[in-house]
Amino acid sequence: MYDVAIVGAGIAGSYIARTLARYELKIVLIDGESDVGNQISMANSAIVHAGFDAPSYKLKGKFNAPGCIMYGKVCEDLDVPFKRTGSLVVAHTEEEMMKIHELYQNGLRNGVPDMRILFEDEVHEMEPNLAPDICGALYAGDAGIVSPFELVAKVAENAVDNGVELRLDTLVEDIENNDGSFTLKTNKGNIEAKVVVNAAGVYADDVYEMVGEHYFEILPRKGNYFIFDKECGDLVNNVIFPCPTKNGKGILVAPTVHGNLLIGPDASPTWKGDISTTQDKLDWIKENAHKNVPSVESCYRKIIRNYAGTRNTPVKTEWTTTDGDFIIEESPVKNFVNFAGYESPGLTSIPAAGLYVVDEIILPILEREGVEVKPNENFNPKNRKHVYFNELTEEEKRELIKENPKYGRVICRCETITEGEILDTIHRSAGATTVKGVKKRCRAGMGRCQGGFCSPRVTEILSRELDIPMDQVYYDKKGPAFILTGKTKDVPEQGE
Amino acid sequence: MEKVYDTVVLGGGPAGLAAAIEAKKNGAEDVLILERDRELGGILNQCIHNGFGLHTFNEQLTGPEYAERFIDQAKELDIPYELDTMVLDLEDEGDLKRIHAVNEENGYQTFDTKSVVLTMGCRERPAGAIGIPGFRPAGVFTAGTAQRFINMEGYMCGKKAVILGSGDIGLIMARRMTLEGAEVEAVCELMPYSNGLQRNIVQCLDDYDIPLKLSHTITFIHGKDRVEGVTIQEVGPDLKPIPGTEERIDCDVVLLSVGLLPENEISRNAGVEIDARTNGPVVSELRETSIPGVFAAGNVVHVHDLVDFVSEEAALAGKGAGKYIQGTLDQEPDFKTVAGPGLGYVVPQNVSLDNVDDSITFYMRVRNVLEDKVINAYIGDEKVATKRAQKFLPAEMVNFKISKKTLEKYPDGEEIRFVIEDKPVPKKKA
Repeated sequence: MYDVAIVGAGIAGSYIARTLARYELKIVLIDGESDVGNQISMANSAIVHAGFDAPSYKLKGKFNAPGCIMYGKVCEDLDVPFKRTGSLVVAHTEEEMMKIHELYQNGLRNGVPDMRILFEDEVHEMEPNLAPDICGALYAGDAGIVSPFELVAKVAENAVDNGVELRLDTLVEDIENNDGSFTLKTNKGNIEAKVVVNAAGVYADDVYEMVGEHYFEILPRKGNYFIFDKECGDLVNNVIFPCPTKNGKGILVAPTVHGNLLIGPDASPTWKGDISTTQDKLDWIKENAHKNVPSVESCYRKIIRNYAGTRNTPVKTEWTTTDGDFIIEESPVKNFVNFAGYESPGLTSIPAAGLYVVDEIILPILEREGVEVKPNENFNPKNRKHVYFNELTEEEKRELIKENPKYGRVICRCETITEGEILDTIHRSAGATTVKGVKKRCRAGMGRCQGGFCSPRVTEILSRELDIPMDQVYYDKKGPAFILTGKTKDVPEQGE
Repeated sequence: MEKVYDTVVLGGGPAGLAAAIEAKKNGAEDVLILERDRELGGILNQCIHNGFGLHTFNEQLTGPEYAERFIDQAKELDIPYELDTMVLDLEDEGDLKRIHAVNEENGYQTFDTKSVVLTMGCRERPAGAIGIPGFRPAGVFTAGTAQRFINMEGYMCGKKAVILGSGDIGLIMARRMTLEGAEVEAVCELMPYSNGLQRNIVQCLDDYDIPLKLSHTITFIHGKDRVEGVTIQEVGPDLKPIPGTEERIDCDVVLLSVGLLPENEISRNAGVEIDARTNGPVVSELRETSIPGVFAAGNVVHVHDLVDFVSEEAALAGKGAGKYIQGTLDQEPDFKTVAGPGLGYVVPQNVSLDNVDDSITFYMRVRNVLEDKVINAYIGDEKVATKRAQKFLPAEMVNFKISKKTLEKYPDGEEIRFVIEDKPVPKKKA
């Protein structure tokens, strides 16, 4: 019997697991995917928002700014690439300037530090590539960019290193409420737990309805994005937002923490699990991105990938609009905690929201149920450092290869990722077991050739390290996402 | 003092091999080849089909056989090479260039050299670059990656394929997949003409009844985890999909053959001037780049369609490196070349006549299929040479040879302009 079972190993579930690991509890983190952080946490804007958008009376407003402030320490401890670039919300008209002032005031209420309203000259001095008609902006120096893939992997790694059990490829199909405990029925057998935390992203309503009456639902809303070659990475220095509207924060133009450029997203209702990109939306993004940054148009030849992600927008039956809030509460079903509708600014809010749900909701439930909650004396918040070969000095590279020659074999030529780095990502806790898992953790295949060169080599390394045949190395989901369909005609089976 | 090489060649593919051999024959004594793969030969090692070497050896060789001829020559000349070695950086320090490279065996190494030949080849455009909408499942491969899996690793990557792009690798892979028992449902080509060589269309598609759908593209990839199918659509003259022409084809693998891009990270970082038209270095007749002593040849300069021309070009670069070492290379250009409307590019971009023996071959590509046209070379207002062909195809690089004697007649000329013009109507006999 576990004390806590967390359903969903995205950023929310993983971070809650890691936060709970500060106590001596039996914790299991469950996900139906073959890797952590494989859905909403994987495909998004990768932005750490300063926190001036959401109203202060909402949980979004409450957790965003503190979450952003906490990011520096979290990413330092976990060794995750994070950069406080600053963000600009730009205005083209007087009317938009009014909105900028409102955002500024709201930011003050939310406790956002380092905000300034910039006048025309200052904006253009700070960002020379902005459209000439931009007449002002809200600058927030605390905003930043993060690698969301690495973040979730590192959070999960730290959780596992501190005693959390991670069960991937484990899909919760039903939950039985035994009054005092729950039985989670999965494709890999039953899991018993005293408390369940539902962090199932777009499927959170479905998971809740396994035990309780419908009281909220999740509307999946899709956003398309483009990623550009690193050659375009210095087009802007800050994250550039248009003035927000009812439909959201609008098309942003942002550098990524690894030096690429990203534009997107749109927001359109879709079905759960739909992460396909759509031509007309992609076109729409291109048509709109240049309004704030005209020269982005000249970069369209340098696009290396498009992708789409889903927002898990919550709608409670009692709400009158879809302009909702995070659902973070002990649900009407006792000992069952919903951490749902955790859409933007969820990624940013997690250090604060994760701490809140653990300290204010989960621990009190455990104590109420008579579970002794003792601090985990061995809890170590830090991860072992990841080596980014490409960022080392010549001397450091020399030393590293001397120590471990595998760092002398470059596997991904676009991003200069070595075999040493790939082996490290495979052999860490919550490590990579798929080609995409490797890509997410150390960027092999993220570059301009998109894995054309390195994917056969990565497949080979995974086959060797995990001791599985080449044709049982998967790109992503184990089983359906196969890469190879068997040997060629003239290669005899082993043993023949 | 550290050893100083005469010439270090970056890449041991067909271009690198030919350049190293020719450099050695032309006065460079200490030559070294750095190759990132586990053997010499480059991409030829996975090209197990034949058809290589018709121009150079007058016989049909497979890729590895063609490579072997050059590898043998390099070995006869005792040219050393390091395998599994990735070059990280090239620094230009004037008379000396310094190359930074790593491998497992020798760790981090630097090589000082008087001259360098860049022969890194090219890479395939990935799916992302052409922006096909839909899912991003397993089963979307560039044709070359699939070729590596099949021909070098011995694994198939699908049972039912749709191929996008009729570049030569795509065509070759259509046949290869078929021979391995897979079904190839269609080859879709965005343009109204193929981008591959005619002989490949006949030998790889027609002979196996594989339909070539011209003016068609993939507009959606189905399948969340693994490819389950594609939607293809006809495109109009503006290359945009025509609504209502959607057709779903079930398949489990999509191969892309949608263009090759010269691989110039090292060149760019070193400060080599890149021609936006070729995406390769601006070069002279002996393939010297904008950095004195740094030469470039093969697909890193511009994408060739026949390896024979790669070898030919690389030999020029090798010769250039040799002359540079000897101090006999003329580095002052007499002419610049200009590609007129309808021509994608012209290589070389600069010409010093002193380095030319009898004639110089200009490589160029037309942007569209041209019939009843010629390409004329002008210096000033004067037409100095004409290239005739039954047809000019974008898929087939044009080799336009002009004799040194012709060009020498224009000591004051600055530019050689290549212009597409109508074929003169033959005069009727009275």
